[in-house]
Amino acid sequence: MPDIEITEAIDSGVSRRNFIKGVIAAGAAVGSANYMFRGVGAIFAQPTSPGAVERLITLTVNGQQRRVDVMKQETLAMTLRYKLGLTGTKLGCDRSECGACTVLIDEVPHYSCSILTQSVRGRDVRTIEGLAHEDGSLHPVQQAVVDEQGFQCAFCMTGFVMSAVGYLQKNENPTRAELAHGLSGNLCRCADYDKILTTMERAAENMRQA
Amino acid sequence: MAVIRDMMPVFELFQPASVEDATALLREHGDQAWVMAGGLDSFDWFKDRVKRPAVVVDLGGIETLKGITATANGLEIGAMTPLTEVVEHPEVRERYGLLSEAAALVASPQIRNQGTIGGNNTQDTRCWYYRDGWTCYRAGGNICYADTPTSMNREHAIFGADRCVAVNPSDTAPALIALDAKMVFQTADGERVVDAEDYFIGPSIDIMRMTVLKPGDLLTKIRIPSTWAGAKFYFEKVRDREVWDFPLVNVASAMRVSGSTIDDARVAVNGTAPYPMRLVAVEDAVRGASQSEATAELAGEVAVRGARPLRQNAYKVPLMRNLVKRSIRGEA
Repeated sequence: MPDIEITEAIDSGVSRRNFIKGVIAAGAAVGSANYMFRGVGAIFAQPTSPGAVERLITLTVNGQQRRVDVMKQETLAMTLRYKLGLTGTKLGCDRSECGACTVLIDEVPHYSCSILTQSVRGRDVRTIEGLAHEDGSLHPVQQAVVDEQGFQCAFCMTGFVMSAVGYLQKNENPTRAELAHGLSGNLCRCADYDKILTTMERAAENMRQA
Repeated sequence: MAVIRDMMPVFELFQPASVEDATALLREHGDQAWVMAGGLDSFDWFKDRVKRPAVVVDLGGIETLKGITATANGLEIGAMTPLTEVVEHPEVRERYGLLSEAAALVASPQIRNQGTIGGNNTQDTRCWYYRDGWTCYRAGGNICYADTPTSMNREHAIFGADRCVAVNPSDTAPALIALDAKMVFQTADGERVVDAEDYFIGPSIDIMRMTVLKPGDLLTKIRIPSTWAGAKFYFEKVRDREVWDFPLVNVASAMRVSGSTIDDARVAVNGTAPYPMRLVAVEDAVRGASQSEATAELAGEVAVRGARPLRQNAYKVPLMRNLVKRSIRGEA
């Protein structure tokens, strides 16, 4: 069988190898001609409606640029968990009714189950995985959870911690009642609320001292 | 209790950057298109698979629809402004505190960070039969599941029923009515402005819509005149839990009081009818009267005259009476 030399047909600066490296395996549409030949793709160019979205996007998650193939109906929680491997964000109700999926978008708490991933392009997403410092030391809120032994089963924990970080960054010295109100968008089925509030009061103190 | 399924059904998504692009998309796709603001109403429909639009037009990218600006004669709020921004804006807080209070009681903090004031006023009713996909009158069918002798209707209407007995669930709507706000929206024939109380329609006008918006229309701005800036405000929302829940009944009032005489008042309630009700009879009853316990009692009685409770919602009558009484009294 004669050797067949395979030459690079794409001159857009995106080689096949880099393209494949850049896309997380699950859901990657590698075979799609539209993506492969983007650089020389004048003949494949289709007129797009204003506001049309592409599936291959770059997200800023925990300070990193992550390239990911995102379906149009995909929620941020789904992308974080199943495409980016960031399973610290939990799905409790998938209906914006429990808070387990809380993440920070531009430092503001949101229910990641109820926002399209396509809506957070160009915004800063911060999850529980992005709280600890590079040297491994914990965020003041995380340290407070450890010190106060907050949470029981801890399924709600990551959502509460993200809500607390977002809230305490805006109000650094809340009363217990204000804190309860600030965290009111998170539920705990273990009913650990009293201990959680104590934990987050400690967290506020840690943040004031940091 | 919602069933968690896999991803939402597929739809084509557009995120236009301007109102013109958005309206062009709505014209192009007609009844295949669904308009989405913050998404907190839309996703519930999609996740339950009751509504499966082919096209979703997401208004989240239209920057001109966001923000609050002071104008010569009041305040202008973009329809896509998140509720948290409405709550915290200094001008809203200082001079139109009624709206700040109302918006602060909507749902939960995370929902307020994403849900918009336009969406809060344009949202669909939460009648559980309707939301579960039963083909009732509002869904284009021929029956109301909530208005039968065995229905579960503790959250439904005591006024304004016309085949449909669902209620409007908004908290900011009665506040906007009390502030005499104007709703500005784009239609195929150009821009229209209506008083807030006329923005909401009852089933007798069109049983399949909650507001005056027709498919293809877009709410763009909410204008609040300075007429009631700095007035005496009262807002109260009664609900089962202290967070998330829609109002069972809420009340919003703005009053001008000199000495102990009520010079003028605007009072509105929600959760009692398929539309937020402006209580004109109450306003007429208290205008010129002294702000006293007796006036407050009278206001409450006038407010609930003609109420027609269903099987499970008779409690809304004394609840509405007492909330209106409190609002005229000016305190709980």
